Amino acid sequence: MKYLDEFRDGKAARKLSAEIKSFVTKSWQIMEICGGQTHSILKYSIEEFLPEEITLIHGPGCPVCVTPLELIDKAIAISQQQDVIFTSFGDMLRVPGSKHDLLSIKAKGGNVKMVYSPLDAVKIAENNPEKNVVFFAVGFETTAPANAMSVIEAKRRRIKNYSILCSHVLVPPAIEALLSSKNNNIQGFLAAGHVCTVMGYHEYFPLSEKYNVPIVVTGFEPIDILQGILLTVKQLEDGKFEVQNQYSRVVTKEGNIAAQKLLEEVFERTDRKWRGIGNIPSSGFKLIDEYSDYDAEKIFKVKNIETEESLLCIAGEVLQGIKKPIECSAFGKECTPERPLGAPMVSTEGACAAYFHYGKVKKEKSIIANP
Amino acid sequence: MCLAVPGKVVSIDESNPELKMAKVNFSGVSKEVCIQWLPDVKIGDYVLVHVGFALNKVDEKDAEETLRILREMGDIEEENS
Repeated sequence: MKYLDEFRDGKAARKLSAEIKSFVTKSWQIMEICGGQTHSILKYSIEEFLPEEITLIHGPGCPVCVTPLELIDKAIAISQQQDVIFTSFGDMLRVPGSKHDLLSIKAKGGNVKMVYSPLDAVKIAENNPEKNVVFFAVGFETTAPANAMSVIEAKRRRIKNYSILCSHVLVPPAIEALLSSKNNNIQGFLAAGHVCTVMGYHEYFPLSEKYNVPIVVTGFEPIDILQGILLTVKQLEDGKFEVQNQYSRVVTKEGNIAAQKLLEEVFERTDRKWRGIGNIPSSGFKLIDEYSDYDAEKIFKVKNIETEESLLCIAGEVLQGIKKPIECSAFGKECTPERPLGAPMVSTEGACAAYFHYGKVKKEKSIIANP
Repeated sequence: MCLAVPGKVVSIDESNPELKMAKVNFSGVSKEVCIQWLPDVKIGDYVLVHVGFALNKVDEKDAEETLRILREMGDIEEENS
């Protein structure tokens, strides 16, 4: 496939590996923000191409993993109501709530449907006017315009039985939360290429400047990731902290303006709780009042949600890059992709699932010694 | 969740000006994709697709430039070896 195969070339990877090794003189800790990048790093054994001075820290960029437990429980409660068809991307169906997940509700006869696109959920609403169709609108800035478009389409087609349960999260506030933490040990970032395809990368200049960190917008194929690491390492070794764009074949500084306008039309920024991490100010989107008729939280007033996290699961520390999945006592034992205790073991972008699927079992030292 | 894949535009349907669609081919598999946010997309262009929406065109020249830099890096390595 064009634009994929060339960026998975082994010879090119070895050249980049040699180049990175030639520049490194000190130890550096670099975080890849996006779970899609974590997946590629494990799938293609990228760490084996790096000198031992470079440590990759896996970031919280997995929307499925950071969707708050209260909202999962709320989704499960809504999906059990009569006359509801609950629709979602496949990844969300197996995320454990306090007691159940959406897939088990479906198995018990609940009307839960997996969709590829939010527009499919709008179509389901159009074809089932007697049902209330709810779409679980999760995702980072990459996905938010598609979900916004579904609401605009429903309004345009006068479909009144469609709503979204909104849990959008935003990348730059999460980077700022990590950088301002007293435990921070991240010296450079690979920014999430597809988030930047939509949003551009102008938001990263003040972060890079304020916290003295290089931020390199990076793609998802092995060559992209190695090149992103090379650019970051060069900056670190030169004492620079700039914003660079490795993924320029699809990312521009200004991003996709039409998609951004759509976000402004439908959403406003709000504080958002991240599962395992806590509240991050202005780190999410919610529907503006004009679209409140499409807000499932307002339509279905679910109350008395009492959440209960697994006591064994260390997902919060994994999501903050404090611990690696294999440091969890439940990893591969009580917690597997078939029977997950935490969301990072469910999602294809979750660090625990990536470690499990690609056989990362070697015991590593904790990244942060005595935090 | 942020997975996006490049595919080739094989046909365009602009009959609904508020929801322009295209048929996009991914290694032999075709899908209907919304191209509403890409005003100047043409048949034959490669677009990056996420949950049924084209996020941007793939800049062919830019991709070639990245690959050229990689090839040159190889030349230097070979000269030094």
